[in-house]
Amino acid sequence: MWFLCVFYHRLLDYRRPEVEALAELFGAFGEDSPGSCNHTLEWKLPEDHHPDSPFHFVSLPSEEIARSIANRSILVKGIYQLWGQGSSYEELEEAIKGFPDERKLPYLTSESTFRIIVDSFGKVMSFQEQNERIKGLSYIPFKGRVNLRNPDHKFWLIETDDYGSNNGLPPVVKRMIFFGREVGAADRKLLPTYQLKSRNYLGPTAMDAEMAFLMANQALAQPGKLVYDPFVGTGSILVAAAHFGAMTMGADIDIRVVRDGRGPDCNVWSNFKQYGLPMPISLLRADNNLPPWRPGLREVFDAIICDPPYGVRAGGRKSGGRKLMKGTVDPYTVPDDKRRDHIPSTAPYSLVECMHDLLDLAAKMLVMGGRLVFFYPVVREDSSTDAHFPEHPCFTLVASCEQILSLRYSRYLLTMVKTGTYTEAVAKLAKEKHKEFKENHLKWLEDGNLHSAVFSPAGNKEAEPGKSNFDRDTKPKYRGKYV
Amino acid sequence: MRLLTHNMLSSNIKGVTNGFPLRLQVEKSVEKEVDLNPDFLKNIFPKIEWKALVDASHALGYPELPDDAEPSMLDSHDFLKKFHHALLELHVEEGALICPETGRNFPINKGIPNMLLHEDEV
Repeated sequence: MWFLCVFYHRLLDYRRPEVEALAELFGAFGEDSPGSCNHTLEWKLPEDHHPDSPFHFVSLPSEEIARSIANRSILVKGIYQLWGQGSSYEELEEAIKGFPDERKLPYLTSESTFRIIVDSFGKVMSFQEQNERIKGLSYIPFKGRVNLRNPDHKFWLIETDDYGSNNGLPPVVKRMIFFGREVGAADRKLLPTYQLKSRNYLGPTAMDAEMAFLMANQALAQPGKLVYDPFVGTGSILVAAAHFGAMTMGADIDIRVVRDGRGPDCNVWSNFKQYGLPMPISLLRADNNLPPWRPGLREVFDAIICDPPYGVRAGGRKSGGRKLMKGTVDPYTVPDDKRRDHIPSTAPYSLVECMHDLLDLAAKMLVMGGRLVFFYPVVREDSSTDAHFPEHPCFTLVASCEQILSLRYSRYLLTMVKTGTYTEAVAKLAKEKHKEFKENHLKWLEDGNLHSAVFSPAGNKEAEPGKSNFDRDTKPKYRGKYV
Repeated sequence: MRLLTHNMLSSNIKGVTNGFPLRLQVEKSVEKEVDLNPDFLKNIFPKIEWKALVDASHALGYPELPDDAEPSMLDSHDFLKKFHHALLELHVEEGALICPETGRNFPINKGIPNMLLHEDEV
């Protein structure tokens, strides 16, 4: 069954993967092989539309599933049963008249209430214009009463612009008018409720609410599932997972963040209390490099979601500080009388090591079909990215969504599904693979390098002869993924 | 700290081979009500080291759990309720987890166990 899926014009790379993750969650691929990784939906674009266009057609097995997906998503503006489309109002009328009556009439009965919403992409329509558009639809035999507040059926008339090139998209978008019945729409009210500026306890790397919800959707968070964040910080990612009903668990190496916060009513717990969400099952102070899980423990988490410290805004730390840093002959030992209140020092934790530990932990601790969702930074050279992601024999990458953060770097949200069982042999293989990865990426994955790649002043080397500073700074007209 | 967490943790000091279960030293404990989710309990049951859970619940003064448990018992609502209570509703607020092999003390403050190792334990 084909539906028109209209997206918010934001985070373009994240839109289709979100719908596909939710399709998995709501059983669009059948029950036979849950967690399989070759589940993709069939998509089509309207004629002449660029892939970045907000208008897509998607094939879903039922209206029920389409509604569930739309209602839970963050980036879907609406999923519609398309009644007609055309590049002019004449074409649209013909298309709607040609749409089979048995699919139209059940929604036009005299007992039902309805409302027509006029929307546009790339321009603004005055109230008067909107009214004229609605009047122009008089050839559709609406029998019901109008109810603007709470109608049974919502109909949408969506127009794109006809001058194409100036609305932030490449000029390939030609004018299109769509008319359809709304099947479901996203609940964007979530975002003002959860926005960071009204959150009590924040850290320097608290995850933006919209992104946290997208991560929770990629991780298929739902009631009865257990979600773990090994770099929990102020808990901003787990808040989103808890909103969708998942049980949450978090660890952090910084005890001040997880235990103390900024006082009794401003800590990780209070962030959950603020929204009336169930508290995390557990918070603990632990080192991702040396996780304290009992050796035989396997496959307990349904998802691991995190934003690893990659050293741009916050760097990673691991146990072991002093004796490694000073290069003294004898390892540092803690005197017996000072053991009780000793504060162990920590050492820098490079991103390569962090990635290895994260994948190893996830391979052990995720259930089969469980999801690992995390951010991975990439340096952009020549304003394009050529990304190589960490790999692990137990995992299959199902989605990678780029978010460009500056001219210098972007971050990818990677979604991996556990498809292989963890064994000692696999762990060994993974170590080999990791070595290879480390050698290829040593340049900037080592501690501090990414930070300097992102923040160092632009050197004179970069300025090419014959190109003035002006040229270098002009932004391209088409902004695609920057949106 | 809930007993579910206790059931998952072990002492990972270098050289320790038998760091589980950590002995529970309770100074202050509380009970917090949590909604019962049967699916979650059924999923987590096979992962639980039952004896460690029973011992830990005794340390918190909750003697209701049977000494042995098997998956068929999950059909009983009464059992689920007790399992749920022991696993998720009993909290250790202040106390410590003690490594069974070395006697190292991992403190629990404000319900958060501190599992970080000292420099010479890594």
